[in-house]
Amino acid sequence: MAGIDKNLRWAGIVLLLAILLPFIPGVSDYRIFQLTLVLVYAIALLGLNVLTGYNGQFSLGHGAFYAVGAYVAAIMMDKWGMPYYATVPAAAVVCLVVGFLFGLPALRLEGHYLALATFALALAVPQMLKHKSIEYWTGGVQGIVIIKPDPPFGLPLSQDQWLYLFTLFVLAILFLCAWNLLRGRTGRALVAIRDHHMAADTMGINTALYKSLTFGVSAMYTGVAGALGAIAIQFVAPDSFTILLSISLLVGVVIGGLASIPGAIFGALFIVYTPNIASDISKAAPWAIYGIFLIVFMYLMPTGIWGGLRKLAAMIRARRNAS
Amino acid sequence: MSAGDNALLSVRDVSVRFGGIVALDGVSFDVHPGQIAGLIGPNGAGKTTLFNCLSRLYTPNSGDVLLEGRTILDQSRHAIPKLGIGRTFQNVALFDSMTVLHNIMVGGHCQTHGDFLTNALRLPLAQREDRQLQQRAEELIDFMDLRQFALWPAGGLPFPIRKRVELARALASHPKLLLLDEPAAGLNHEEIEVLKGQIKRVRDTQHVTVLLVEHHMSLVMSVSDKVVAIDFGRKIADGTPAEVQRDPEVIRAYLGTS
Ligand SMILES: Nc1ncnc2c1ncn2[C@@H]1O[C@H](COP(=O)(O)OP(=O)(O)OP(=O)(O)O)[C@@H](O)[C@H]1O
Ligand SMILES: [Mg+2]
Repeated sequence: MAGIDKNLRWAGIVLLLAILLPFIPGVSDYRIFQLTLVLVYAIALLGLNVLTGYNGQFSLGHGAFYAVGAYVAAIMMDKWGMPYYATVPAAAVVCLVVGFLFGLPALRLEGHYLALATFALALAVPQMLKHKSIEYWTGGVQGIVIIKPDPPFGLPLSQDQWLYLFTLFVLAILFLCAWNLLRGRTGRALVAIRDHHMAADTMGINTALYKSLTFGVSAMYTGVAGALGAIAIQFVAPDSFTILLSISLLVGVVIGGLASIPGAIFGALFIVYTPNIASDISKAAPWAIYGIFLIVFMYLMPTGIWGGLRKLAAMIRARRNAS
Repeated sequence: MSAGDNALLSVRDVSVRFGGIVALDGVSFDVHPGQIAGLIGPNGAGKTTLFNCLSRLYTPNSGDVLLEGRTILDQSRHAIPKLGIGRTFQNVALFDSMTVLHNIMVGGHCQTHGDFLTNALRLPLAQREDRQLQQRAEELIDFMDLRQFALWPAGGLPFPIRKRVELARALASHPKLLLLDEPAAGLNHEEIEVLKGQIKRVRDTQHVTVLLVEHHMSLVMSVSDKVVAIDFGRKIADGTPAEVQRDPEVIRAYLGTS
């Protein structure tokens, strides 16, 4: 159990540093906003990683759950005047239910077919959001503009600093829950299903239920991220949630490291900063640069950034022990 | 249709067809509590198919399977270990990325109940169950002499070790009936002797009834209390090891195919 204490200690140190980050002098509000987006995507990636990395189910459609979460937050704030913090649990519940229900029939499909079904979802959702019949709620193509929340209790923080801390707080809770989930009975069952479906069944794991629930939990995480993202960006519109978002999420999971919790943070750093860096390097062909980054990362760190860092740490430790 | 003579397992007139192939053709036999029962037959006789019926991977086209007098055919496959049937696979079906310890802990899944929420919040129930599972797994690691491999991923281990892990995993749920599909395949002479002892100890110390599919005749004949022989899906003999060994149909089935 010593390893578990050590993990917690490290997580505590990283959390502390993350809390201090927006207070470093010279860090602009725009930088803080970008860091908030990193946290948002980290939550989304963790959700997708639970599904894909741990449970072995592919989804090309998580952008759809992200969109649902974002719209839940935007509609609640815009139409009902609800406070931003109330939208987060609401987005969680809605996406948990939607994800679970989508999971139920989709899970009859194996492997590639499941990926195709989720792909269809990702294609359909932005169009559905534009549909006339719900335009009153969604604002149609125009989307919805929401107002950035002020810090509570008159705290002497900028809006961006406060939103960063709020997002970090949600992230910390969700990461802790995921870590608990994955290190216990449930997590072992998820990995067992991924490793050998039939043997998992034979060990008494209700694989259909577990897979649907995992789909729900995964969608829930991604939906919460969508809500937090909407609040940070202060705007939702169908075209923010195209298939490209779903693919970015999948890229982030793989680049960060499949079946690793810290990998979500590295994957999020990649998907937030790489497009910027790429367009700094070449205004003409940013996606080509992005592609090159992808290939280089996968070549240098085939098990993702977290896998690469662990390998590096093991090498340093081995060298230190040798001398 | 009662299991009158309190058999633990009753296989009743079970038939399984795959398209044109009749894999099992009206097979019936009983296994009594505390027995080690051997199930023999040439390649393709239908032994694994029968096991797959007992663990609900296949549904027989006709016939019934009773455990302690109750049919199991109305149960889904993930309910089977809870009823008390554990098994190993002919080709070994471990969770390769997981450690030996965790593989065995998954074996005890059906003994625990903590759901997603209980685990995500790591409520006391989840912690207690994890401790119980780990304790049982540690016992079995010692019982199957796997201590040095406990924290290794199962995927990289040599075949004979993997077979022992699978046996330990099957025992983690405290089964009443343990189905072993060719546990000796791929083992050398020495390892088979060890296995022989382990199977007997499983019965004697873990109070598990064993149904053993095996081609290794001296192993089956020396550990079994009774032996059932099948050939081309039909039962051809059922009795003590000595009786079955003498049975002319059994001799013909084996001479005919080898
Ligand atoms: N899923 C399946 N689909 C089609 N045919 C099958 C299937 N499973 C088994 N069979 C066939 O049923 C027959 C019995 O196979 P089974 O695997 O039960 O034999 P076995 O007695 O276990 O043989 P072995 O000693 O070689 O393991 C064989 O003819 C086999 O080809
Ligand atoms: Mg077989």
